[in-house]
Amino acid sequence: MDVWDDYSEKVMDHYENPRNVGIVENANGVGVVGNPACGDVMKLTIRVEDGIIVDARFKTFGCGAAIATSSMVTEMVKGKELGEALEISNRGVMEALGGLPKVKRHCSVLAENALKAAVEDYNKRK
Amino acid sequence: MDHHATTPLNQEVLDAMMPYLTTEFGNPSSNTHEYGHYARIAVDQARRQVADFLGAGPNDIIFTSGATESINLALKGTAYLDSRKSSANIITVPIEHKAILDTGKRLQKQGVEIRLAQVDHYGMVDLDDLRKKIDSNTILISIQAANGEIGTIQLIREIGAIAREHGIPYHSDAVQALGRMELDVEKDNIDLLSASGHKIYGPKGVGALYLRKGLKLTALIDGGGHERGLRSGTLNVPAIVGLGKAMEIAKRDLRDESQRLLSLRRRLAEGIESRIEDVRLNGHPTQRLVNNLNYAFSYVEGEALILACRDVALSSGSACTSTSLQSSYVLKAIGVPDHLAHSSLRFGLGKSNSEADVEKVLDLLEHGVKRLRGLSPLYDMAKEGVDLEQIKWSEHHQ
Repeated sequence: MDVWDDYSEKVMDHYENPRNVGIVENANGVGVVGNPACGDVMKLTIRVEDGIIVDARFKTFGCGAAIATSSMVTEMVKGKELGEALEISNRGVMEALGGLPKVKRHCSVLAENALKAAVEDYNKRK
Repeated sequence: MDHHATTPLNQEVLDAMMPYLTTEFGNPSSNTHEYGHYARIAVDQARRQVADFLGAGPNDIIFTSGATESINLALKGTAYLDSRKSSANIITVPIEHKAILDTGKRLQKQGVEIRLAQVDHYGMVDLDDLRKKIDSNTILISIQAANGEIGTIQLIREIGAIAREHGIPYHSDAVQALGRMELDVEKDNIDLLSASGHKIYGPKGVGALYLRKGLKLTALIDGGGHERGLRSGTLNVPAIVGLGKAMEIAKRDLRDESQRLLSLRRRLAEGIESRIEDVRLNGHPTQRLVNNLNYAFSYVEGEALILACRDVALSSGSACTSTSLQSSYVLKAIGVPDHLAHSSLRFGLGKSNSEADVEKVLDLLEHGVKRLRGLSPLYDMAKEGVDLEQIKWSEHHQ
């Protein structure tokens, strides 16, 4: 039995057809988290205008769950106010994906950390 | 394409076993009636088949529940013999299967020192270092015939000769090697050898330990004194018959099947190297099992790539470790950097694989690597000329 037998349809969909892949042009917030030695690195770029995240894109080196959570978090933050966006937790990302296998829950932490790092970077630049 | 993990049961093997699962249910230890008699004949034949395959004598074969038990019996059985030595040591290598390493850990708690001889970046044991590790307290050298993850074949004969010079028994875990290369306990100077049924198209739950005549072991399972008192318990006749048959077939088909696997392996290797950039072969380029390849596909995480190729069964390490999230200890031991270890896939070709399977997996790999590199920040960085080794990454989070 493979671990992806436990991936929900939503996880598989986001792995197969990830949304918002790439780098935001004129990004004003960048977060890079993870470590290749641990098997996952996520780069999240955001464009914030008038306190609202108008665009978010990602690049991720990681397993299927890491790719799916990256994709999902970009969908969730788009159009949100910064404060609102920061309330998105790894749990929230997981729930939006219909859950993750237990051994893969740490992947959703990667997405949450990338989001925090990108917002922090934006705040520093202001 | 994961024949290192297990193999399907051969139909001929099943046919040989079937009578012993149905009408021939005798206990080979019953010597007062013919049910037992026929079972005994079947077990004797299997013992000969196993012995023939290994170049051993039938009296040197002990049937067990599998290679893990054989290994436990070889290591613990040897260690428990030597009560005279309080500071005994066993020499092995860091790329052994967990059955060896974990048994070693247990013995270490019981006061036996486990010494790890160095391996080079191909996984070949350093014979000079092996010699240096030997002293008068060494009771056993245990070095695998071939590695199940990177396919590297050890210089068994030389290791056996070194062991013999020092009068130390040499045990070899030959699970991955059997049926994939010539192996002969006489020519190869092997004193103990662990074998498994299910890796050679035989049944699961059965294995054998070869023990050279004259060598002693302490039994781990006591009871009715079966298998010369070394492994008590009523013999699993159908499985033993299956093991014997599987070995007979492996011997018969060895030459043709290894040629076929080698040509499939070449096709797969050439395809990977010509169609995908930035790949690296893990393990030895030539001194390796005919059915094994292990490649690092840089900038792509292994499990994501397996998922992309999920129509073909692949693995990113030993099946026992692939859910543990840790990168492979075997790749680590041969000096593969962590990020490349996470990008590595193991290919284990076998009887059921054809040229069409190789073409299919090549297509899936080419497409999968391309797509996943398109998602990979590491690929972008590498293309921009950033040295990934020099970046200060965040702390390990696991």
